[in-house]
Amino acid sequence: MRLRWILLALFADLWLAGPALAVIETYEFSDPALEERYRALSQELRCPKCQNQNIADSNAPISQDLRRQLYQQLEAGASDAEILEYMVARYGEFVRYRPEFSRATALLWLAPALMLAIGAAVLGVMLHRRRRAVSAPLDDSERQRLAALIDSAEKKS
Amino acid sequence: MGPRLKLFLPLLLFVVLAGFLFRGLSLDPRELPSALIDKPFPAFHLASLEDGRELTRESVTGRAALFNVWATWCISCRVEHPYLEQLADEGIPIYGVNYKDNDEAARRWLADLGDPYVLNIVDREGTLGLDLGVYGAPETYLVDAAGVIRYRHVGVIDERVWRSTLEPLWREITAGGES
Repeated sequence: MRLRWILLALFADLWLAGPALAVIETYEFSDPALEERYRALSQELRCPKCQNQNIADSNAPISQDLRRQLYQQLEAGASDAEILEYMVARYGEFVRYRPEFSRATALLWLAPALMLAIGAAVLGVMLHRRRRAVSAPLDDSERQRLAALIDSAEKKS
Repeated sequence: MGPRLKLFLPLLLFVVLAGFLFRGLSLDPRELPSALIDKPFPAFHLASLEDGRELTRESVTGRAALFNVWATWCISCRVEHPYLEQLADEGIPIYGVNYKDNDEAARRWLADLGDPYVLNIVDREGTLGLDLGVYGAPETYLVDAAGVIRYRHVGVIDERVWRSTLEPLWREITAGGES
């Protein structure tokens, strides 16, 4: 019983600590809509230094710089496309979690659909084979053998 | 495909997967291609570390050179420093970009460890670094005589890196500039 409370308290700690760690510095926006776009963009932009984090979650100095840049450009009235273009011009398509579709990223974008298609094809072949195996009727010699087997089983019992 | 051959399918899949994973062992995912390759060196207005006069793109371009992004807080920069001095001794012009650093500390570093740089650009806010796509010091850019970025190396430059990648490019760039 006591253990359960301790565990519960631990989980509550972790849960509360999550959002506290995510916030690094705060910016005052002149318009709530800008703040919303700031949140969306900082989650879509990837930290070039710590590669599996977006710039919203990372406290690397470079992410801090990119967030400041993002804030300044939003306040200056830049569109989302302009900001993304600015970032991509400096850090490459790598900074976007949803990169532009191109020859280099085609495999990345198409892989899930491709996998699904392969899976569907394999499943289709398997189902087709199984149905054919079940529906193939017995020929005469097989039928005779089946009857003989049933006969001998009945005699034994 | 015969039923016997089919038994080898999992093995085949395993070999392919193992091949990919083995290749992955020798790849460094932190090394990103620069988005600025074959683009002009970005314009800037920043002070010189040595005498405080204002520098622009024009004051540091015009001949092939290396641009080394460094800082006193960067431990790897200290590691590569002696090799940069060696390159400078060989006559290769190296411009320093003192990235998000303290001027006093940077001057002391150059006085204590030696100064391989033609001059140093003070990028205290990291604005030039941002325009260059710098994500961590040390980084070194190979810029040709036309002021175009030809290569970016992330990390320490040592004998091996210089001989295998940078020197051949350097030769190519300087040979092209003279003809």
